[in-house]
Amino acid sequence: MKAVSRIYMVLIFIFLYAPLLTMVLFSFNEANSLSVFTGFSLQWYRDLFQNEEVLEVLSNTLILAALSSVIATVIGTAAAVGIEKMRSRWLKSAVTTISNMPMMNPDIVTGISMALLFVFAMKLFGMDSIFGFPTVLIAHVTFNLPYVILSVTPKIRQMDRYLPEAALDLGCTPLQSFFKVELPAIMPGVLSGLLMAFTLSLDDFVISYFTTEGDFQTLPIYIFGMTKRTVTPDIYSLSTLLFVAVLLLLILSNVMQGHAERKEQRKIAAQAGARRKKKGVR
Amino acid sequence: MNKKRSFLRTAAAYPHMVWSVLFIVVPLLFVLYYALTVENPDGSFSFSFANITALGSESYFPVFIRSICFAVVATVICLLLAYPLAYALTQCKVSSQRMLIMLVMLPMWMNLLIRTYSWMNILETNGVINNFLASIGLPRVQLLGNAAAVILGMVYNFLPYMVLPIYTVMSKIDRRYIEAAADLGCNGWQTMLRVILPLSASGVISGITMVFVPSVSTFYISQKMGNGRFEMIGDTIERQFMSNYDYHMGATLSLVLMVLIIICLAVMNRFGEEDGGVLV
Repeated sequence: MKAVSRIYMVLIFIFLYAPLLTMVLFSFNEANSLSVFTGFSLQWYRDLFQNEEVLEVLSNTLILAALSSVIATVIGTAAAVGIEKMRSRWLKSAVTTISNMPMMNPDIVTGISMALLFVFAMKLFGMDSIFGFPTVLIAHVTFNLPYVILSVTPKIRQMDRYLPEAALDLGCTPLQSFFKVELPAIMPGVLSGLLMAFTLSLDDFVISYFTTEGDFQTLPIYIFGMTKRTVTPDIYSLSTLLFVAVLLLLILSNVMQGHAERKEQRKIAAQAGARRKKKGVR
Repeated sequence: MNKKRSFLRTAAAYPHMVWSVLFIVVPLLFVLYYALTVENPDGSFSFSFANITALGSESYFPVFIRSICFAVVATVICLLLAYPLAYALTQCKVSSQRMLIMLVMLPMWMNLLIRTYSWMNILETNGVINNFLASIGLPRVQLLGNAAAVILGMVYNFLPYMVLPIYTVMSKIDRRYIEAAADLGCNGWQTMLRVILPLSASGVISGITMVFVPSVSTFYISQKMGNGRFEMIGDTIERQFMSNYDYHMGATLSLVLMVLIIICLAVMNRFGEEDGGVLV
């Protein structure tokens, strides 16, 4: 039985990793072919860094991901704090349900609904086209928001309720208490929300596809355009680099989480130690 | 003082609420508005059910049926593959489980377009598999451009969404239940059917929704893996928006997709509740 389950797991992992390995392998191909591997070469990586179009698209994508994740983190963290404090249950669940919609709806529906809004706004203001960086940015912030809220909310619930009250008693203004006491306490959640938003934004194709036009391209959109024509191995070297970048981000976020958990454990252990000492003195 | 503070606190959510209304609620209302109107020759819109009735026509109805069938088949295959995998994962050493589940999720971080394109490379007539077959003297086979290839693409792309929730629920099952079942005379299969399966049902249900929703609405996978021969709802919507510029029909199709998914979620929620009731 054990052997059977081992074999099964190996087979599934082969299935899961076959395309990934194909991608990495052919990104190092000497020949301009995605099916016959002739020899190892770095030429497609070199080409990539000389291709100005790709570099522009890459910088577009990174700027978009950075900006949209930061905006979503600021709005989302504030929202998580506010939603936790809401008295009315009805309002609370209405706000969460609505903000979770982009997560539940298929991407294509989210993309199209926003495209329709932008088309309407375009007509309203009598503009030729507003599709481009601003519209994609709005779309990305919108689908990033629920993920930020989801990662911040648990940290708010875990936080000691009396911490902000103590800060206020000691003379902090509400804003000071938020920035000096609460924010540091929920920081791990805020950071993992930020990272999550950044990677999601980097990876998104469908929503960006419907909310941009022409000049402003992100990497996935550029790749989509390429797969409609003949594809050269540099698309694979690009994807390999992107995959490695995402991998590093994931490892970073895991290490950070592990670090935070250990810190928390040490704190708990220290508190327990202190309690024990106190008891001993008594 | 206290009142003012809690008002301040709630106010922190206002920017988000304004954002949600502007960019989630209003756009969805636009979908509804476009679906229920048609454009007159002079550019104005008038209210009409023409789009809705067009859904029953030759050009859309088969697409719906196909999308639903493909999505159901892909979801079932994902479930059949993922359930044993999730179980096998929970049988591994606890220390290696976290690593293994990371490995399951990792390919998801490669862009969907590239994942799919990479499969095309493997399956093409002069792709990796066929080159291998040719090198050992076997004839080349046509692997792309059929329904199986489209379903393979969906299963590959969405399998981890099925594994993760099932694994999460299964790993939380109290070991003592399984021991108790064994003590009370259940054999392996009986334990599986009567203890583990009911206890992991909520994971299965969320897995089903997480695979069905993206499968039924996909547009890239069907185009590439099926050589454009198997149009799905997503493809039709994309065409209406990107080449036909018929926003009204595109919105109508999106509306149908949303309704379909709301029904799916509602059914799944119902199942989930009933299950919970039985368990308690």
